[in-house]
Amino acid sequence: MRFLLRRAAFFVLTLWACVTLNFLLPRLMPGNPAIALLAKFHGRLSPVALKAIEIAFGVNTKQNLAAQYIGYLHDLVTGNLGTSLTFFPTPVSVVIRGAILYTLGLVGVTTILAFILGTLIGIVGAWRRGGWLDSILPPVFVITSAIPYFWVGMLLILVFGIQLHWFPYDFAYDPSLSPSLSPSFIGNVIEHSILPAVAILITSIGGWILTMRNTMITTLAEDYVKMARAKGLSGRRIMLDYAARNAILPNLSGFAMSVGFIVSGAVLVEFVFNYNGLGYLLVQALDAEDYPLMQALFLLITVAVLVAILLADIVTAILDPRTRSAG
Amino acid sequence: MAILTGAALGEPAPGVAQPGGQAHAGQAIARIWRAIRSNKKAFAGAVLLAIFTFLAIFPWAIARDNPQAEIYGRSLGPSAAHWLGTTSYGQDLFAQAVWGTRETLIIAVVSGALSTFLSVIMGLAAGYLGGTWDAVLNFITDVLLVVPTFPLLIIIVAYLPGIGVPGLIAVLVVTGYSYGARQLRAQTLSIRSRDYLEAARVRGERSIYVIMVEIIPSMTSLIVATFLGTAVYNVLAAAGLQFLGLGNPDSVSWGTMLYWAQNNEALQTDQYMWALIPGALIGLLGAAFALLNYAFDEISNPALARVPITRTRHLNPVMRRLSANRAD
Repeated sequence: MRFLLRRAAFFVLTLWACVTLNFLLPRLMPGNPAIALLAKFHGRLSPVALKAIEIAFGVNTKQNLAAQYIGYLHDLVTGNLGTSLTFFPTPVSVVIRGAILYTLGLVGVTTILAFILGTLIGIVGAWRRGGWLDSILPPVFVITSAIPYFWVGMLLILVFGIQLHWFPYDFAYDPSLSPSLSPSFIGNVIEHSILPAVAILITSIGGWILTMRNTMITTLAEDYVKMARAKGLSGRRIMLDYAARNAILPNLSGFAMSVGFIVSGAVLVEFVFNYNGLGYLLVQALDAEDYPLMQALFLLITVAVLVAILLADIVTAILDPRTRSAG
Repeated sequence: MAILTGAALGEPAPGVAQPGGQAHAGQAIARIWRAIRSNKKAFAGAVLLAIFTFLAIFPWAIARDNPQAEIYGRSLGPSAAHWLGTTSYGQDLFAQAVWGTRETLIIAVVSGALSTFLSVIMGLAAGYLGGTWDAVLNFITDVLLVVPTFPLLIIIVAYLPGIGVPGLIAVLVVTGYSYGARQLRAQTLSIRSRDYLEAARVRGERSIYVIMVEIIPSMTSLIVATFLGTAVYNVLAAAGLQFLGLGNPDSVSWGTMLYWAQNNEALQTDQYMWALIPGALIGLLGAAFALLNYAFDEISNPALARVPITRTRHLNPVMRRLSANRAD
């Protein structure tokens, strides 16, 4: 319990740090872009929206920093993220709501898939030390993990989209359809997500495989594994219950660091495929200098990553009795 | 790619605890060089890196064309005159690819080195000073470790329009040092109560002396690994930013080439070389650093060294069982 409480405290502190960073960034940067922005939108924005931007970026206010900070936190807690300038006059929160499910589906599913597949391949690779799987995969994945995510996406577009016409490679669904929960629409979304998912999978799976394999090799040399062998337990049981269960812990704690990395790569994958999730939205916001949208997206992506890390911590607590008894 | 080094580097590498000054660092470098020559992966990485370094220093020796000059036919396919064809603006792609090496490599190496420097300072200070210092520095590092760096980079660079290479490097350093700092802190914690450090303190040496002369030399291999890992990451991050048109779109680099290729829909208009070559080069440069890093892991953790393929298939069932149950 102590372990989870400590992690929860870290979660809250990190969240606070990110929110504060988001508040300070526009104020610290030379030449506050919001001023130019406000001039551009003067007269086109409602006084309320104008006020929200002023609070978010700290311009035209006679308030001191502390009062601004409190106003900013208040807006955040009440869900007022400002008005998007790209999709004017839609509030940022509405714009984001339209994109978040696509990203959660694409990045969430592929991350979990990459973790499970990579861990399994790592287990088998280390178990059959020196076998074909073990000799081919590590060097291959050292190289694939150095390739930009978006370039793998471009390669897939070229081969399976443009040349072979196997899969669609533009947008998250056929633009002629309107989003609904009908099977045909969901099928269409899945079809559109195959290529971007494969791109993320190929580039992110290597890390899981290598970490798992390397820890597993160390674990297999432990005395309790020898003991299990001496007892004549089945190889499968030793591999999964004795070695893998212990070796998976570094992979799980590595999850915390890798999620941020995968999400970063996914931003560019979405951009390459025009996949209308959060990452694509972020790039659009960037092009349009839509700072309210950009900052809300950054905050949201960070929160998503933090939640994923907290979940990984809970799984760690379940798998590792030491974290439970430490309290 | 930080994660590649995770398992092996999380543990203190064996044999790092010997005391000693510069002689130790010298030995370490000699050991690294021997290891590079004897490890195939490391050798492949070193050769790749040497080729890219040559291209970065002497691009005119390979490609005489001006990479920016818009003087040729537009969107030409590969030919004897233009090995990789030309862009939609009539620039020679081969010249761009060769000349683009310089900026990409400079960003990777300089930001990798500065990042590592920051990692060493933050990690060692946190681990060695302990107490409040540790709590504060470690918290900053931990936050930067979990925050998705690329969106953060996008936000920061978006506020700095027209940011040049030095600015790009500065941003990469600040956002990319955390993984190395964490590793180095863990390593410092594990050795800070060793006898030889105690002895140095009893002798009355100042903290700065203990850190510079006693601790840092014993961590050479971890520091090199940190540099290699950060360099891979920075190659990818810089390419990603340039691909989005952040930074200077008039510069000659692989990321910028990709930006213009994407802007001109190179894939959709049959200009494959324009879109594929810069990405492949980025991958190769990243692979060069990653191969060195992976080999480095094997060297500092002998348990991971390659084992010869055991041909258990040809053994009879009894022998196969025996061999499968070997203690190692």
